Amino acid sequence: MGTFVPNTKEQQLEMLREIGYEKLDDLFAHIPDDVKFQGELDLPAGMSEMEVAAEMQKIADKNVIYQSIFRGAGAYKHYIPAIVGSVISNETLQTAYTPYQAEISQGVLQSIFEYQTMICDLTGMDVSNASVYDGATAAGEAVAMCRERKQNKALISGAIQPSVMKVIETYCFGNEMELEVIEVKDGKTDLDDLKAKMSDEIACVYIQHPNYFGNLEDAAEIGEIAHSFKKCKYIMGVNPISLGILKTPREYGADFAVGEGQPLGLPIAFGGPYLGFMASVDSMKRKLPGRIVGQTVDHNGKTGYVLTLQAREQHIRREKASSNICSNQALCALAVGVYLAAMGNQGIRDVATQCYSKAHYMAKRMEEIGFTVENKDYFHEFVTTSETDIHVILKALSNEGILGGQPLDLHRILWCCTEMNSKADIDRVIDILKEV
Amino acid sequence: MLVFEKSRPGRGVSALPKCDVDVLTPSDKDLRKAELHLPEMAEVDLSRHYTELAHKAHGVNDGFYPLGSCTMKYNPRVNEKIAALPGFTDIHPLQPARTAQGCLQVIKEISEALCEITGMSEFTLQPAAGAHGEFTGLLLIKAYHLANGDTQRKKIIVPDSAHGTNPASAVMAGMEVINVDSDDKGLVDLDKLREVCEGNDEIAGLMLTNPNTAGLFDPNIKEITDIIHQCGGLCYYDGANLNAVMGWARPGDMGFDCVHLNLHKTFSTPHGGGGPGSGPVGCKEHLAKFMPGVKVVDFDEHSDENMLSFAKAEASLGEMKNFYGNFLVAVKALTYIKMLGKEGIPEASKNAVLNANYMMNKLKGAYDMAFDPKVCMHEFVMDLSRQAKETGVTAMDIAKGLLDNNIHPPTMYFPLTVHEALMAEPCETESKETLDDAIRVFLELNDIAYSDPEKLHMAPVKTPVTRLDEVGAARHPVLKYEFE
Repeated sequence: MGTFVPNTKEQQLEMLREIGYEKLDDLFAHIPDDVKFQGELDLPAGMSEMEVAAEMQKIADKNVIYQSIFRGAGAYKHYIPAIVGSVISNETLQTAYTPYQAEISQGVLQSIFEYQTMICDLTGMDVSNASVYDGATAAGEAVAMCRERKQNKALISGAIQPSVMKVIETYCFGNEMELEVIEVKDGKTDLDDLKAKMSDEIACVYIQHPNYFGNLEDAAEIGEIAHSFKKCKYIMGVNPISLGILKTPREYGADFAVGEGQPLGLPIAFGGPYLGFMASVDSMKRKLPGRIVGQTVDHNGKTGYVLTLQAREQHIRREKASSNICSNQALCALAVGVYLAAMGNQGIRDVATQCYSKAHYMAKRMEEIGFTVENKDYFHEFVTTSETDIHVILKALSNEGILGGQPLDLHRILWCCTEMNSKADIDRVIDILKEV
Repeated sequence: MLVFEKSRPGRGVSALPKCDVDVLTPSDKDLRKAELHLPEMAEVDLSRHYTELAHKAHGVNDGFYPLGSCTMKYNPRVNEKIAALPGFTDIHPLQPARTAQGCLQVIKEISEALCEITGMSEFTLQPAAGAHGEFTGLLLIKAYHLANGDTQRKKIIVPDSAHGTNPASAVMAGMEVINVDSDDKGLVDLDKLREVCEGNDEIAGLMLTNPNTAGLFDPNIKEITDIIHQCGGLCYYDGANLNAVMGWARPGDMGFDCVHLNLHKTFSTPHGGGGPGSGPVGCKEHLAKFMPGVKVVDFDEHSDENMLSFAKAEASLGEMKNFYGNFLVAVKALTYIKMLGKEGIPEASKNAVLNANYMMNKLKGAYDMAFDPKVCMHEFVMDLSRQAKETGVTAMDIAKGLLDNNIHPPTMYFPLTVHEALMAEPCETESKETLDDAIRVFLELNDIAYSDPEKLHMAPVKTPVTRLDEVGAARHPVLKYEFE
């Protein structure tokens, strides 16, 4: 059996004797018999580190690692500079607790302050929190945050990632906020339907940009429609990589920018851990959920950082808190901070430009071989239609070690390109598709 | 110095090759005009910047971390090695299940192990943290009552000693919180509970930790869960304190209907400075059909092959989060469970309880123990009201004094039922030598409280900064760096 208990059996007995007990079981004597677990847990026997490492390696080996991935749909494979992994492997940063004890947590607090600054810079917003669980829960929290006594209804674009919609629905199942879906027309949020559904009761309008189908929304117009009602807030869910070249949510007029932070330096890792970023205009800062770090000074006037605006939070406000969030995704936020610092201004523009250019190159090549591309203005994802059954297409690619796009129905596929997909890889996909 | 202040235009990391297709840009309508101010840094400067930040932080590797209710046990290095395998990190969550059999096996194996440890029949790994698990568990309870047509069951009982997340989660689930005070032993007051519950068809359920936040195992637990069930409610177990009872008592056997666990506490995955955690939720048979996300089953309805696949519960309440939760955290926890095995898991709890009792007994003379228990579980709560009255030294002052001794303080001012609380959870991964050293420091600080209280009011003095102006930070919030 493996163990991480340092005390030897002799020490355990010595400690017991010192406090007046004979055996370890005596410490559990007050647990009533009717709830005391009898016998042995039905689990395998423990193992040495070497054995467990071999067994877990065997499990990992059962997965297929695709060297070439053309699937996004909410999880995006990007290049992660080596420095990111190196920093987040630092044992201190990795094993520290939430920085409640500010005096010995300045490193963690400063890294969050830097993260908040970078998220604000990318999105054009004034305030960012320290992260939530993922892009979907960020959307759910943002919608819930906009709820007011007389505004208990949210309008959600039907062109958002389906699983994000499901999570928003779950949050609204909880707080009993009403949801209405804005119709999709030609792969985009239908402005006429949005206008028809707007009213005084609407707490917020939520769209995703680029949307699930890769399309750029009429984001500025949607903002104007949303704001034609005074109480209505405008939330944009955005892909942070796209912000290297696309307008910020602020430029489009949004009150909140949220999204999935995974593309910024986190591996796809079968879905997590990722992180959700949430940023807002200044006037909404006291409604943001989760941790926020602020700058201050110590006794001696030295600059330092603390968790702040805690009157919003559950450990102070209990049932009156803006959210129940406690643990967030701090180490992932650190990874994002290192990634953005490593990429820099030019790096993030380059990644975004390469994503954009490669997706457009691939779409053009696919049209040349007979696929119909549904999109007009898009970022790094696009939808194709073809006569051929998608299973045949995806199987042919998979046989060559390529993960094709996300199937939408029997004839439509959502493709994604990032800087990781070389021209040669794209051409190879085209060659394979020509054959099917 | 902030990373932005170290930035020099023109520096950078050579991460990407040149674009190998024609470079295109979006039309002007969507083109970013706002300036970017990301840092421009050489890799060496980045490396040193983050090393400097690490020097100004305190991890489990830096010293003793007896933070109550947080279970800051040692985080085994092998967990990290396994979670970094490309066979786990490079798998797309939307890959066909037949190409991700290893991932499905991880989900299946850890779910089964957690069922056995807690006495539940099913687990979902989707909740990303403890509070997210609470929210999930309450939604399960809500879905159950709604399916029975009990739309009026919206009141949830939460003891006054509960974590703040409990009432906050209840509100997110659309429930109304009924606080029930503890008795003078720090346990659930059965009479008060009966009073609230009897014949009350508005009760949705109860949220409870056992052992509770004072480190005490409630011996009336069966009676408590019976009272709730008798009035038609369900019982939710907050697993924050499971490290005390693994292999000794299971929430399922205590009468709980659903539970959440914290893999980042009990199952040794690191806290990461605040996350990512993982808050899997387990339930008994009668709630299984409402479970969120997907579960792994042994067969694939689309193929004859012997294969693991995903299945959705028939009346699933939906999705708590994208995909399957914080998957790599589950990989780490499974590694830990496999290493400890059926003998090591109860042994961990045994030693967690031993270490807590050892420390409590050694400190008893100098520090008053809240509720003065004969035996505690994995943690104990000191009440410094006496010191505060006699010397002016508060729980906060002692905590800050610990910082100068390279010990992370216990949880302060919690539970709220104890006025000057310091809640210490030593964990099983600390040696007698470490505990003895910490005990010596605690006793010394108590002496200083009586001989030189001013010294503790000024503590800490050896840390990178001294006490910070939190009031000023909240009154004039500076929440990001302002670029020139």
